[in-house]
Amino acid sequence: MDTGLILYTAAFGLILIGSAGIVLSTHLVRIIFGIALLEAGANLLLLLATFREGSPAPIIVGGRVPATMADPVPQALVLTAIVIGVGILALALSLALRVQRAYGTLDIREVRQRLEQDIVDEAGIELPSSSDAPQAMVSRQEGQA
Amino acid sequence: MRRLSSALFLLGLGLLVAAIFQTMKFGNVAPIAGQAINAVAAQQVGAANFVTAVVLGYRGFDTLLELTILFTAATAGGLVLGKPRAGASHDPDSGFILRAGADLFFPLLLVVGLYIILHGHLTPGGGFQGGVILASAFFIPILARPGTTMDHRLVSMIEGLAGASFILIGLLAMLDGKEFLTPLLDKGELGALLSAGSLPLLYIAVGLKVGSELAGLLARLSETEAID
Repeated sequence: MDTGLILYTAAFGLILIGSAGIVLSTHLVRIIFGIALLEAGANLLLLLATFREGSPAPIIVGGRVPATMADPVPQALVLTAIVIGVGILALALSLALRVQRAYGTLDIREVRQRLEQDIVDEAGIELPSSSDAPQAMVSRQEGQA
Repeated sequence: MRRLSSALFLLGLGLLVAAIFQTMKFGNVAPIAGQAINAVAAQQVGAANFVTAVVLGYRGFDTLLELTILFTAATAGGLVLGKPRAGASHDPDSGFILRAGADLFFPLLLVVGLYIILHGHLTPGGGFQGGVILASAFFIPILARPGTTMDHRLVSMIEGLAGASFILIGLLAMLDGKEFLTPLLDKGELGALLSAGSLPLLYIAVGLKVGSELAGLLARLSETEAID
């Protein structure tokens, strides 16, 4: 198998697994790990996009200048992207920590329900629902009768 | 239903990314801006590491904005986590091996971190990488002894001063009639420690800023009260 195919498959897999983690899992920490994987895949893709066969790192050692060198621009982009990724990860985890402390769970379905209930309680309104929902239909029929 | 739509979304995304990969030829990319930069960076910026020349010389303003993103993340993290209550419970001290290892590693990590920051314009590395190593130097002792707290006032002072000096160096170039963040000072001899003008100074500022921000953020994460 040639190196290119392996590397492309790795980037493809990381992006796809990360996205799958974000959209399919319901656990907040798993979603955050999905973001981290997606980020790694995107970084790898960025580097692969400008990789040239047989070109050394763009650093001059001992005054010798190689004929071709790797593109420094994507390397500089990825360099800062990794550090920012760590910052974002720490922020996301601290938000997850707050959610865990406030609601006692990290399941987003449960958190969403509790969050909506909290908003409704605070505003003093009813839970928004469709007019075709079973409960609403019953109350409407009662009103007509 | 939600699962089905998610699966469809993933399928579409997979096809999209696969289509992008189809157009990419591995290892045989036509040279774009990179080759032009490689040709002139040694004379224009004077840094032996061209990645540094790009990060601080050609797109220094972007780097400043990236530091702003990191600053925002660290500030928001501090805001979200807040201060632990006085007398809040924390994890007990870790075992002997981690405690002894933390004491041994602290000076070593400091030296390695500073070395990588100071040689950022010559060898792989620089302010971002060295800053992360500095942050880990200050964070590992906290992991070993969860009771100890970090002086957040001092950390934010270092962070603020480093960020301000980065902007100040950029403004000094404007006093000279050049554009913001244009490399200043003498370029020196290519490959020498004192070369590349003001780039090492900028990288020291970046390293201190990244290091103090990450250390503060990690310390805040570990200082939060344990969930019962």
